[in-house]
Parts: sequence; C-alpha cells; structure tokens
Amino acid sequence: MDVQAEVIEVLNGIIGEDISDQMDDNLFDSGLLDSMATVELLLDLENKFSIQAPVSEFNRDEWDTPNKIIAKVKSLIG
Amino acid sequence: MLNLQPYADPTYFIYLLLALVPLAIGLYYGKRFVWYEVIVSLLFIFLIFDSGRYIQQGIALIIYMLWETALVAWYTSYRKRANNSWVFYITTFLSILPILAVRIGDTGLFKTQLTLLGFLGISYLTFRTVGTIIETRDGSIKEFSLPLFLRFVLFMPTLSSGPIDRYRHFNQDATVAPSRDKYIEFLGKAVWYFFLGFLYKFILAYGFEHLYSYTQNMAMADASQGWSWWLIGVGYSYGFYLFFDFAGYSLFAVATGYVMGFDVPMNFKQPFRSKNLKDFWNRWHITLSFWFRDFVFMRLVFTMMKNKVFKSRITTSNVAYIVNMLIMGFWHGLTWYYIVYGLFHGVGLVVNDAWLRYKKKHKVPHNKLTEYFAIFLTLNVVMFSLLIFCGFLDKFWFHH
Repeated sequence: MDVQAEVIEVLNGIIGEDISDQMDDNLFDSGLLDSMATVELLLDLENKFSIQAPVSEFNRDEWDTPNKIIAKVKSLIG
Repeated sequence: MLNLQPYADPTYFIYLLLALVPLAIGLYYGKRFVWYEVIVSLLFIFLIFDSGRYIQQGIALIIYMLWETALVAWYTSYRKRANNSWVFYITTFLSILPILAVRIGDTGLFKTQLTLLGFLGISYLTFRTVGTIIETRDGSIKEFSLPLFLRFVLFMPTLSSGPIDRYRHFNQDATVAPSRDKYIEFLGKAVWYFFLGFLYKFILAYGFEHLYSYTQNMAMADASQGWSWWLIGVGYSYGFYLFFDFAGYSLFAVATGYVMGFDVPMNFKQPFRSKNLKDFWNRWHITLSFWFRDFVFMRLVFTMMKNKVFKSRITTSNVAYIVNMLIMGFWHGLTWYYIVYGLFHGVGLVVNDAWLRYKKKHKVPHNKLTEYFAIFLTLNVVMFSLLIFCGFLDKFWFHH
C-alpha cells in the first residue's frame, strides 16, 4: 500500500467517515479534526510510518487538509 | 523624570509613533534597521521602569532576564548533547520558578518579600520563555541566538500583556523587511486597529468600568443577605469592561507590531458571538488559550495516550481539559476565585464536548433560532464565569 492510501486509512479511522472525496478541504474549519484528533493522528502516523512528528512541529496551517497531511508525511519519511 | 506606561494616555501614542517613523520609512523601502529598533525598544522599556515604585520592577526585570537567558542558553547547548526528560522537567520548573515565587508572595500567606521579584508583564515573558524551552526539547529550535531571544522575549509592543507570539514565528519577521505590499497592508490595518482600540479602551471600557463600580456598590448594600440581583449587573459590566479594556490594549499592541513590520497574532475574534464554550476559547484571549492548547493540552493528551493511562479516549480528553483549565486558573493567581474559574471552564468544556457528541449521534434540530439560543446561553455561561473571576464575590461573601 502506498503512503497516500495509508494516510487516508488512518484519517478515516480517526474521523469516522470517508474523507477521500474531500482531499483539499480544511479539516479544522469543518470541525472534523480538533486537538484531540490531532494527537491521535500524530500517534498513529508515528506507529505506522515510524516517523517523529512532535507536537511543536505541528503547525495547523501545514496540516489542515488531507493532501497537505500526505505531503507532510512523505517529507518526514523521505 | 518622564515615565511612560504602555498605551496609558494619548501622549504615549504621540511619542511612540514619532519614534517609529524612521523604522517605518526603512521598512517601506525594504530595509529593517534592527539597531534602531533595539534602541527605541530599550528606551521605551526604560521609560516604563524609570521612576518611583517602578524602579524596583525594572531591577526585577533585569534579574529575571539574566536568569531566563542563562537557563535557555544552557538548555539549548545541553539539548545538542543529550535529551533526558528529567533535565527538561527541571529546566521548565526553574523557568517558571520566578512567577511561582511572585504568585506565592501575592497571597500574603507567608511573611516574604517574594512579590519584589515581580514586574509588569512577568507572566507574558514566562509564556514566551517556557514555549521556547519546550520547542527546544522537541528539536524544533536547534540554535540559541542571544540577540533573537532577547528581541523576542522583550518585544516592546507586547511586553506588558501580550499577545503571546512564538519564537519561530517571531523570527520569520525579525531580520527581514516585509514586502512593500505586505507592509502597506500592515499600515492600513494598524491605523484601523489604533482607532478601534481608542474606542474600546478609552470610551467603552471607561464607561463599563464606571458601571462595574456602580453595580458593586449597589450589590454591597445587599451583602448581608448573601445574594443580590445586582450581582448579575456586576458580572456583565465586568465582563464587558474586561473585554473592551483588554481587546483595546491588544489592538494597540498588534498595531504597533505592524508598524514595526511584525505580524503579531490577534488576541480576540468577536468572543461574544461564540456558539459554545470551545468556540469561545478560540475567540477569547486567543494567544493564551492556543498556548495552553499547544503546550499543555495536546502534550498531556499525547503522553496519556502514548502510555495508555486511560482506556477511553473520552476520559483522556476530559482529564486533559480539567487539568489544562485548572493550570490556567492557577496562573492567574493563587486565590479561590481564579482556581474556581479555571475549574468551571474545565468542567464546562467537558460538558460541551459531551453535548457535541450527543448532537452528532442524535438528530437535534438546528436552525437560526437554535443558533441564537446557543450564542445567548454561551454568553451567560461566560459572564457567570467572569463574575467568579473578577473577585467581587470574595468581597461580597467574606469581607463585607
């Protein structure tokens, strides 16, 4: 499975609905992500990809859509 | 000797803006005169603390800065070699030690002179310092720069009461000039914010302060009965006074920052239009609540989830809400009403979250009318919490 599909799977699990048709929607504005869900996301990504994403690297502007999250994960892996 | 308290009266604005003209001209032409900025900033900070009872505070500020600078410089160099959790906890504790001492001194419980360590703005400087230490621990800040650290912590427009910026965000602006378009936009906003700030602070806050004092006197007449309808007036007049005073001040601070070419974060976003308590904390004293969100709430949740302290995700977030808001209460001061205020908001957020979960599961009617009701309800919950916060109840019940 590629990174994109895996990140979507993680996001779907946390949010509880399928987000693959809203890849450029702001998840914080729509209320789908909040601080709590964000921490779950960081922990899940840490487990799944063995990447270190500390809370202080988490700048909401850079992590607010599924596409941006995927890009971030890719950059942290690479 | 000339003494200038920040944004206190019209002459302050005249001196301030005149002093900033050369800096503004430089920024307009794409040059940032860092030395000029530093000298003007130091001059205005000096003028806060240069006479009477303020001199003691000025000395406290210097001692505080020596202490915190040494701490952050040492921790950054330590962090390059190692990353022991206890070293981090102890460093963080040492950096909040000065404000802790001042707060304990303020209670008057012990015959100490600890209050002498305090000065105007100490808590805001502490937020900036502690935030820097935590981000250094995370590896987000790698190098210690003495000039940048001092300019960040002592940033003149926001010295006394925020808004609380972050080290890395501040540094994006610190050495470069904004583009001309951006700077013109800053200046345009600054003019608007200054005038809005005048309206807020010198007219509306002034009026509500009088109302606050009037309702207090009326309520005190009923103090022997333990209840007065005037208390509602006390809560509302204080709430509006606090908002217009603090939001007015914040507008001045942001506007001054803009003139100096810094993108200072906003502190208020129409808080009385909040639809629920969570929404309120995204709109009220934003830089403080986001500081707590990022440096307390999220980290606490992260640690608790990682170590699987609680099975349930809901319990985790509820515990984190209450701890987070309690710490915020304690930060305001060690009195029963600040702590109750913090606890009230912690419990409020727990209830709010439970309601949001219920709403998601069940079909709850949603229309304009329910929205207005939500805003009305939130406003009253907030005003009640501010009645606790203002401390009048302490006088009303226990010291009449």
